Amino acid sequence: MEAIAFYIFSILIVGLFLVTILSKNILYSMSSLAAGMVLISGLFFILGADFLGAVQLVVYSGAVMALYAFGMMFFDATKDIKERNSSGLLVFLLSGATAVILVVIFAAPSIGKNIKPLVTGTKGADNPHVIGEVLFTKYLIPFEVAAVMLLVAMIAGIVLASKKMDQSLSEIYIDADPENELKEQK
Amino acid sequence: MTLTLTHYLVLSAILFTIGLAGVIRRKNLLMLFFATEIMLNAANIAFAAISAYINDLSGQLFALFIIAIAASEVAVGLGLLILIYKKYGTLDLDNFSVMKG
Repeated sequence: MEAIAFYIFSILIVGLFLVTILSKNILYSMSSLAAGMVLISGLFFILGADFLGAVQLVVYSGAVMALYAFGMMFFDATKDIKERNSSGLLVFLLSGATAVILVVIFAAPSIGKNIKPLVTGTKGADNPHVIGEVLFTKYLIPFEVAAVMLLVAMIAGIVLASKKMDQSLSEIYIDADPENELKEQK
Repeated sequence: MTLTLTHYLVLSAILFTIGLAGVIRRKNLLMLFFATEIMLNAANIAFAAISAYINDLSGQLFALFIIAIAASEVAVGLGLLILIYKKYGTLDLDNFSVMKG
């Protein structure tokens, strides 16, 4: 049962992420990325990491994708992207070699046999409870640092995105032609 | 047909490779962000799988922090992308080469 779910999820995830990196349209690739995130949370539920699965659903498919969709308002998302791809062979070789190396490293039988669990965990419904206890005792300082980092990121996002927010984009474009700007700099 | 740790690690390696191929291949900045998300998620799967198979919670907590980092990366990155788009009118990496000799 678990194996069937795992295979269905993994095939779907790999397919969706391939659509993400191969699609010419930003909107398609964003939608398939969001769907892939939802399915990844399914993998987490299979693994018994219930809390992580819920966080994945809320943060990734909720917040991050909503943020991308918000950013999409500023970019022209309906237009197809025109890209100049110089060498497909190089990309193929580089990523293929990386794939082989990664599989060899990960699937090698040298995965440590004598690893002792640092924090013994539970699976299933009790998982969020245990994670909460560990998060607020052993991992309290990283948690607080992550909180401060999120705050800093939020302020940075507001400051960066709200610059020139009162002007419309088309007005800015006319005098922000890259060529003109170059001439001005010279 | 039981699932082993290797299944999850191979899936994670495949996803990481997809993300890496995306980073190498695409020229659009937003696409590079998407590919980065894919790579982060591949790492998350590996962390959660190892954490489940050696019965240790640390992996899940690491994955949690990775998600937090990814969220803040997206917030700052999208702000920068909007600025770049306002300045150049495009997100194509080839157009940002300002140093013409």
